[in-house]
Amino acid sequence: MKPVIQLENLEKTYQSGEVEVRAVRGVSLTVEAGEFVAVMGASGSGKSTMMNTIGCLDRPTGGRYLLDGVDVSVLDRDRLADIRNEKIGFVFQGFNLLSRTSAVENVELPMLYSRSGKSPADIRARALAALATVGLADRAGHFPNQLSGGQQQRVAIARALCNDPALILADEPTGNLDTRTSVEIMGVFQKLNDSGITIMMVTHEPDIAAFTKRNIVMRDVVIVTDKLVEHRHFAAAELNQPGAPQSTVTAA
Amino acid sequence: MKHTATIRIALRALRRNKLRTALTMLGIIIGVGAVVAMVGIGAGAKAQVEAQIATLGQNVILVMSGTTTASGIRTGWGSAGTLKVEDADAIAREISGVAAVSPEVRSAMQVAAGNQNAMTQILGEGADYFTIRQWPFKSGGSFTEQDVRGANKVCVIGQTTARTLFGDADPVGEIIRIKQVPFIITGVLTPKGMSMMGSDQDDVVILPYTSAMKRVMGQTMLRGMNIQAASADVLLQVQDQITTLLRQRHRIQPGRDDDFTVRGQQDIATMATEQSKTMTILLAAVAGVSLVVGGIGIMNIMLVSVTERTREIGIRMAVGAHGSDILLQFLIESITLSSLGGLIGILLGILSSYLLSTIAHWPTMVSPASIVVAFLFSAGVGIFFGYYPAQKAAALDPIDALRYE
Repeated sequence: MKPVIQLENLEKTYQSGEVEVRAVRGVSLTVEAGEFVAVMGASGSGKSTMMNTIGCLDRPTGGRYLLDGVDVSVLDRDRLADIRNEKIGFVFQGFNLLSRTSAVENVELPMLYSRSGKSPADIRARALAALATVGLADRAGHFPNQLSGGQQQRVAIARALCNDPALILADEPTGNLDTRTSVEIMGVFQKLNDSGITIMMVTHEPDIAAFTKRNIVMRDVVIVTDKLVEHRHFAAAELNQPGAPQSTVTAA
Repeated sequence: MKHTATIRIALRALRRNKLRTALTMLGIIIGVGAVVAMVGIGAGAKAQVEAQIATLGQNVILVMSGTTTASGIRTGWGSAGTLKVEDADAIAREISGVAAVSPEVRSAMQVAAGNQNAMTQILGEGADYFTIRQWPFKSGGSFTEQDVRGANKVCVIGQTTARTLFGDADPVGEIIRIKQVPFIITGVLTPKGMSMMGSDQDDVVILPYTSAMKRVMGQTMLRGMNIQAASADVLLQVQDQITTLLRQRHRIQPGRDDDFTVRGQQDIATMATEQSKTMTILLAAVAGVSLVVGGIGIMNIMLVSVTERTREIGIRMAVGAHGSDILLQFLIESITLSSLGGLIGILLGILSSYLLSTIAHWPTMVSPASIVVAFLFSAGVGIFFGYYPAQKAAALDPIDALRYE
């Protein structure tokens, strides 16, 4: 089976005025299907650039990037958009839902832009199914401002799921959430990963990274550590413990 | 992506900001409404002028004594008596393309019938006058060639005069007195309405010109003549021939000004329609400016909207929207704004033309062509002024757009 992500000597240089800025220097990385990877590193370590490249939002200036066996480093803007649509689900720190648009319509968004041309009824059914997967079947008609942070992030995860992506990319998905809600969200990710979805996420918190299977640390635009998680945390177990952290945000 | 989905997204964005949408549309509504109403007024005025020119008759040439410019001083038509009855006879006799000639004298005078009296226009004309001006009789008929030769005391009266002096009774055979001279009425004319100068053409008593000159006005010179050319083809030729003949008869040296004025119906029509066309263009231009201003309003709002929704654009692009999808979304918004505004503007324009014609009695005529043009133009304004903001949105980099606060 092909690796989901295969970076070969990835380079990214920005031209900032007269100065050339090297944002990523010769990074090679392979992520197999079914992996659950956390990327850590201080800001300026190159992790954002690497994630943007992996997410097909940006193109490398050197090296190769194969996503699901396809070399995407040579594709144009529109083909990259199609790849993002079909193969990648994004989850952002700030949720990035469309305001004044209901949860189910937010989930439908990637399917509206998909080139396969699903019928509106099919799109609605899949969106509701994705919401059910993240446990929000009863919140389909709610607007983002009627949902708690954790619920909003679940909607965002449902949106990332709906096109059956090869990879879910999460950029600090728990950055705006309290501890208990963070654990809940990690529980959702673990459940998805158990069902076979490859997940790669950026986080600053070692506690959160402990919920994944593999941790990568970047420093000064190169990967310095790449190891499997030894003492893995399991969200389901933690949430059932007595004295587990309580959510400070009540569901609307 | 399906276009129906894009259209739905665009319409929803407009519905969310109802007040802003309405205010943005207002610019286009006023612009298009003004264009439709102004073109309607212009077209109405033109139609009225054309109708008035048609009341002159067909292939008519007017000859007026006096010149429009004599030694640098403008004197009006008919201001100096320079034409004689013999001139009219010569034109009828010597120019082959002339179908009929009616010499004309004119004066405003008091007329009386029974115990009624009225101030009206007295016209002295030839027997062919009614044929030349294509002026049918409501009852009775014209005076004859014999009446003209004998300067008989007969007359024809217009609709307004008939009503003033006789009410609803048929005045044919009755007698009216002008300067104590009794004239027998031989016919009543059908109404012809306002002239181009705005006077009532039906407030008139028409005598044989001989009778008018000898018995009422006591003058020997004509004010002018109404001449009918045999056909439209010879009209210009006849005009030239009349000028040449009259210059010969009046012994005017080459290089000197004419002491008469010849005007063909076409000249008058051209002059009048030129005037109303100029007015229409002027009105439409003013209205067009407001339409452009409305378009700039759309562009302004769309630019604000693109900036406001940068993050939304970033999200859409991240989940797979092409630049063209975003372009189309914003373009549909601006086209919807402008064409919906255009439709409302057209209704407003039609309504205001209708109000102007019923309340202010302005002649207005809203043509389907002007509606179609106004609508297409407003849609065009939407595309033209919406393209730049839409292009700006489509060219956004998804990473920057997602980071935008």
